[in-house]
Amino acid sequence: MKSVRIAGGLGFYGDSWRPIKASIERGNVQYVASDHLAELTLAILQKDRQRDPNLGYTRDFAPMLIDLLPIAIPRGIKFVLNAGGLNPMAAREVLLGALKKFGMKLKAGVVLGDSVLERLDELQEVGVSLAHMDTGADIATVRDRLLFASAYLGARPLVEAIDAGADIVLTGRVADAALFLAPMVHELGWRWDDWDKLAQGIVVGHLLECSGQATGGNFGGDWRSIPNLAHIGYPIAEVWENGDAVISKAPGTGGRVNFETLREQLLYEVHDPRHYITPDVEVDMTTLRLDEIAPDEVRVTGATGRPAPELFKIIAGYEDGVMGQAMLGYAWPDALAKAQLAAEIIHQQMVEVGLQAEEVVVEYMGYNSIHGPLADPTHARDLNEVYLRIAVRCADKKEAAKLGRLFPPLALSGPPFIGGAGGMIEPRGLLGIWPTLAPRAVIEEYIRVSVEES
Amino acid sequence: MMKKQLVELAHARSGDKGDIANIALFAPDQATYDLLAREVTTERVQTHFEGIVTGKVERFEAPNVLALNFVLHGALNGGASRSLRSDALGKSLSSALLRMEIEV
Repeated sequence: MKSVRIAGGLGFYGDSWRPIKASIERGNVQYVASDHLAELTLAILQKDRQRDPNLGYTRDFAPMLIDLLPIAIPRGIKFVLNAGGLNPMAAREVLLGALKKFGMKLKAGVVLGDSVLERLDELQEVGVSLAHMDTGADIATVRDRLLFASAYLGARPLVEAIDAGADIVLTGRVADAALFLAPMVHELGWRWDDWDKLAQGIVVGHLLECSGQATGGNFGGDWRSIPNLAHIGYPIAEVWENGDAVISKAPGTGGRVNFETLREQLLYEVHDPRHYITPDVEVDMTTLRLDEIAPDEVRVTGATGRPAPELFKIIAGYEDGVMGQAMLGYAWPDALAKAQLAAEIIHQQMVEVGLQAEEVVVEYMGYNSIHGPLADPTHARDLNEVYLRIAVRCADKKEAAKLGRLFPPLALSGPPFIGGAGGMIEPRGLLGIWPTLAPRAVIEEYIRVSVEES
Repeated sequence: MMKKQLVELAHARSGDKGDIANIALFAPDQATYDLLAREVTTERVQTHFEGIVTGKVERFEAPNVLALNFVLHGALNGGASRSLRSDALGKSLSSALLRMEIEV
C-alpha cells in the first residue's frame, strides 16, 4: 500500500530547526511541514509590517531553508510552511532571491486569500456579523482597533500548489494540521469526501504541529524518564492510503514517542474531542486508538470524520492597551514579607503620581507568579528569595512607563536585601484576540495559488 | 475513604486558544479513569479555579485515551497576547489542577 513520510517542522516562530536535520538525514521523509504561527505571532508580524510593508512574514524561514535545502534537495524533500504570515508574497520574494543567490533552482508556491482585514465591510454587507465566537460581542466594540484578521484556510489550495509542482509551499494563516494534510492528499490521492481518511490526516497533523511536544517535550507525566532532551527528535509520521499512520522520530535522537507522550499532544488545545472542527473535516478523536508497536513507534488508527463545516474560523487581533511591568528580588529572611511591603510602597506611589492603570497584577515570583491564588502557602514564610513583579495595563506607552520608574528608588529607600534589579523593562503593546466565523464560500472566493520558479 | 492529590494519580497538559484554556487529565488505567470521571466534576474544577477562571467550565470525555478534557472559559486574563500574568499561555494550569484533592 502506498504511503508518505512527513516530518514535523517548527512548532512556533523562534523554535529550533536543528532536529529537522536529523529527520531529513535519518528519517527517510519526503516532506517537512512547519508551523510558524501561533495566535499571537500574527500580532508580532503586524508590527513588523507596520514598520516595513515588505515584512510581515516569520523571518526565521529563509535562514532555516538555506540551512536545510542542501541536505533536502538531493533527497527530493518538499516543504510546506505557513511562514508567509501576513505577507506570503513578500516571503516568496525573499525565498526566490535566496534560492537564486545560492544557485538553487526550485519552484516556490504561495497561497493567498486568508487575510480578510481589507474585506470586513464587504463581509458585513453580505450578512456576516463577525460577532465574537465565544462571547457573542459586537465587532463594533473593537473594529477601529483591529490590526489583522485572517481566516484559517484548509488544505485544498496547498494541495493545488503541490499538484502544480511546488517544491516549497508558503502560506499565511491556515489550519495548522492542514500543512500536514496537504501532502497526504496529494500523495495518497484522497478525495475531499473521504471523511475518515481526512480525519486521520488531521489527527496526524495535529500530533506533529507542535514539534517536540509530541516527542517528550513539555511532558506532564514522568518527565524524568524522557532521555536526552538536549537532542530531541521532532515527530515523523508515515501515513498509508487507507489513513492508518505510525508516529516515530529519527533514530539516534532524544525524546520519546509512546502512548503517554502522544495522548498528551492529542488533546492539546482541543475543546470537544468528539467535534474537532477544521476547514476540511470535522474530526471525532474519541474513536481512535494509539498503539505502541515498537520503541518510539505508535500506530494511530480509527479517527472518524464528518463533512467539513460550512463556516470558516477567522482570527482577528485588536490593540488592547499597553503593559508596563517591573521586577525586583528580595532575599531571606522574610523575603515574601519584604516583597509585600515593596508592593505596598509602589501602590501608594502609583496613586500619588496619578498612574492611570486599567488593571494591575501583583505577583511574587518564587511563590505564586505561576499558580496565582492556587499556590500552596505552606512554605511562604521561609522562602530563600522572592521576586516582586507588578504589571499594569494602561492606555498608552507613556502611562505604562511610569511604573518602571517607581522601582529603582526601592534599592536604597525600600525594605532590605535586594537582588536582580535588571533595569527597566520596555512597555509592550497588548493584543486582544477576536475569533469569529464566516461562510466558507465568501472566504474561498478569494483564495489564489501561484507557483514560480527561482 | 482517604484523600489523594491528583498529582499522585494522573498527569495533565494545558493549552490556550484566545481566552479559553483546556486541561486534559490523563489516567494511568481504567479504574483510575472511572475514579477521576466520578470525582473530578465540572463543578469541582470550577470551584478549584476560583480567582483564575472568570467564565464557565465544561468537561469532555475521551475514554479511548483515558482522558478527561476540561475547557475553562475566561481562564487567561484575556488571552496570551493580552494577559498581564507570568503564565500568559496557561501552560501551568495543568499542574494547578493536579493540586486538587479527591476521595479515593
